[in-house]
Amino acid sequence: MNLAYRDIRHNLFRFVLTCLGLGLLLGVVLAMIGIYRGLIVDALTIARAPSVDLWVVEANTRGPFAEASRIPGDLREAVARIAGVSSAGSITYQTVEAEYRNAKLRLYVIGYELTRPGAPPEIWRGRPIARSHYEIVADRSTGLNLGDRIRLGRNNFTVVGLTRDQVNSGGDPAVYITLADAQRLQFDLAPPAARIAMARGTGGASRDTVNAIVARLQPNASVDVAAATIHRWKHLSAISQEAQELILTRSLVDRARRQIGLFTTLLLIVSAVIIALIIYTMTMEKLKQIATLKLIGAPDRAIIGMIVQQSLALGLIGFAIGATLIINVKDYFPRRVVLEPDNVLILGLIVFVVCLVSSGLGVRAALKVDPATALGG
Amino acid sequence: MEGEITDQPLVRIDRISKHFGEGEARVDALRDVSLDVHARQVVALLGPSGSGKTTLLNVIGCILDPSSGAMDLVGDRVIEDGRWLRSDLRRLRLEKIGFIFQFHNLIPFLDATDNVSLVLELAGSSPAEARGRASELLDYLDVGHRAGAMPAKLSGGEAQRVAIARALSNRPRIILADEPTAALDSKRAQIVMDLLRKVAAEQDAAIIAVTHDEKIFDRFDRIYHLRDGRLEA
Repeated sequence: MNLAYRDIRHNLFRFVLTCLGLGLLLGVVLAMIGIYRGLIVDALTIARAPSVDLWVVEANTRGPFAEASRIPGDLREAVARIAGVSSAGSITYQTVEAEYRNAKLRLYVIGYELTRPGAPPEIWRGRPIARSHYEIVADRSTGLNLGDRIRLGRNNFTVVGLTRDQVNSGGDPAVYITLADAQRLQFDLAPPAARIAMARGTGGASRDTVNAIVARLQPNASVDVAAATIHRWKHLSAISQEAQELILTRSLVDRARRQIGLFTTLLLIVSAVIIALIIYTMTMEKLKQIATLKLIGAPDRAIIGMIVQQSLALGLIGFAIGATLIINVKDYFPRRVVLEPDNVLILGLIVFVVCLVSSGLGVRAALKVDPATALGG
Repeated sequence: MEGEITDQPLVRIDRISKHFGEGEARVDALRDVSLDVHARQVVALLGPSGSGKTTLLNVIGCILDPSSGAMDLVGDRVIEDGRWLRSDLRRLRLEKIGFIFQFHNLIPFLDATDNVSLVLELAGSSPAEARGRASELLDYLDVGHRAGAMPAKLSGGEAQRVAIARALSNRPRIILADEPTAALDSKRAQIVMDLLRKVAAEQDAAIIAVTHDEKIFDRFDRIYHLRDGRLEA
C-alpha cells in the first residue's frame, strides 16, 4: 500500500495547489536561467553573425564591441592581401533610435559591404540587400515588416528582409544596411554642422572610416600568424574570433551575467528553503498519524518512504509545471530566454536533490516521534 | 463474568518498576508491579491521573523501557532485569499486540478497509490477502457496509469498530485499549465493550484496558487499581 499516494489523493486539492505554487517559483528559477543563457547567447550572436576568423580593430583597443574602434575603411584591401586571408570586409556598428509608428525604436545598425563578410547570417523572410542604398534587413524583434519604411538619419530605408534572433548584448535588435549608408549615418554631419566644418576648412575629411575589418582565413591558414602580421602595423590590432567571444562574455556582459547568476542562485536557495518548509510542515501535520503507524508496527522505512515519495512528487510535479509554463511563455519575454535541454535537466536534478535533502528535515522529525504520543487524547 | 482462564498467562509482569529522573527530581511511576493476564480475560486498569496506568500500558505495549523487572508476552520473555531481550520492538508489537485508542486514531487518508489491511501488509501479507481479511473483520464487527468510507465520514461507534478491526487484523493475542469508550455515549460504550468481550472469547485474546468509564466496569473480568505506581486488585 502506497501511503504517500493515498495521502496525496486524500488532500489532492491542497497538494495540487502547493505544486502549482512551487511550479511558479521553479518557473521563475528556470526563467532566470534562461535569461542568463540568453544574455550570453545575445552577446555572442552579433560577433558570430559574420562567421569570420579575425577582427582587425584600432590599435590598443578591444573593439568593436567592448571599446570604440575607428580605422580607415581602405585598409580592408591591405588586410585582404595578407597571406592566409581569403576574404575581408569592412564593418560598422552603431546604436540609433528611430521613430516607428509614433514610438522610439532602438536599433543596432550594422553596416557591411554587400559582397564581403559581414552580411546577416540568415534571411528569415524576404531577401538580402540588393541595392547600394536605402534598403534594410531588420530583425523581426524590431516589429518591422517587409515593405515598411523607416527613417534613419536623413534617409528613408525600405525593409527588404527579416532575420531572427539578431540582437546585440544590450538586447537591441540588429538591422543591416550597406556600409556606405552606415558611414553616412554615422559620420555625416547635420547640415548646419557641416557648413561650420566647411567654413573651418575641416569638412573635406574622408568619411571612409569603419569600426572593424573582419577577415576569413583560408582553411589551413593560422590565425596567430595572420594576427602577428597585422600587429606589425602599429596602428592596428587583430583579435581572433575566440578572443572576441571571450571579451564579450568576460568583459562586456560580465557584470550582468554575474548579477543574474547570483540572483538565480539566491532563487534556488529560496526554492530549497520553501520546499524544505513545505515538506516539514506536511510531516508535522501528520505526527499523530506517524506515531500511530509506529505504534501499530510500521517500520521506519515505510514512514521514510512516505515522506520522501511525497517530497519527490511535490518537487518533480512542481518542476514539470514550472518547466511547461516557461517553455510556453518564454517567447513573450522582451529579451531572449534560452532554455537548453541540459539547463532544464540540471535544474531537474537540483530539484530532485533539494527534495531529497529537504525531506531529511521531515524524516528527522518523523523518526523522533515517540509512538506513545498516539496513546491518550 | 470471568472468562475461562488458561494456565499460561499471555501477559506476565514480574516486579516491574519505572522511574523518571534522578535524585530529588525522581518520580516513581511504577513500583514493583506484578500482573498476570490470561487468554480470554478482559481486565481494567483504573487509577487517578498520574497513578502510572498509562506508563504500565506503555511498558506492556513495548513502547517504554522499564527500570527493572521482567515481562513475558505470549510465553516469550521480552524483558529481563529491566532490559529488552529483543531489539525489534516494533516487529514485536506488530506480531503480538493490537492497540485500540481513545480517539480511534484511524489514518485519515485511508478508508476503513485500508486502515485494517495496512497492518496486515506491514506484517507481510499480500494486498489481496490483506483486503480479504479486512473485509472479513469489518463484517465480523458489523461495520462491513462502511468498508469504503473514509474515517471522517464514520460515526464515533463505527470508527471505534474499525479501530478494533485494525487491532485484531494480525490476530494478536494481546489487545491494549486506552480509554476505548471515552469518546462514546453509554449505549455505544456498552456495545464496544460487549464486542471486546466477544473478541477475547472468540480470538483467545487477553484485553487490558485503561479506563475511567464507570458505566462499563461490569464488563471487566478483573479491575486493577493503580495508586502511586502500586497495583491493587
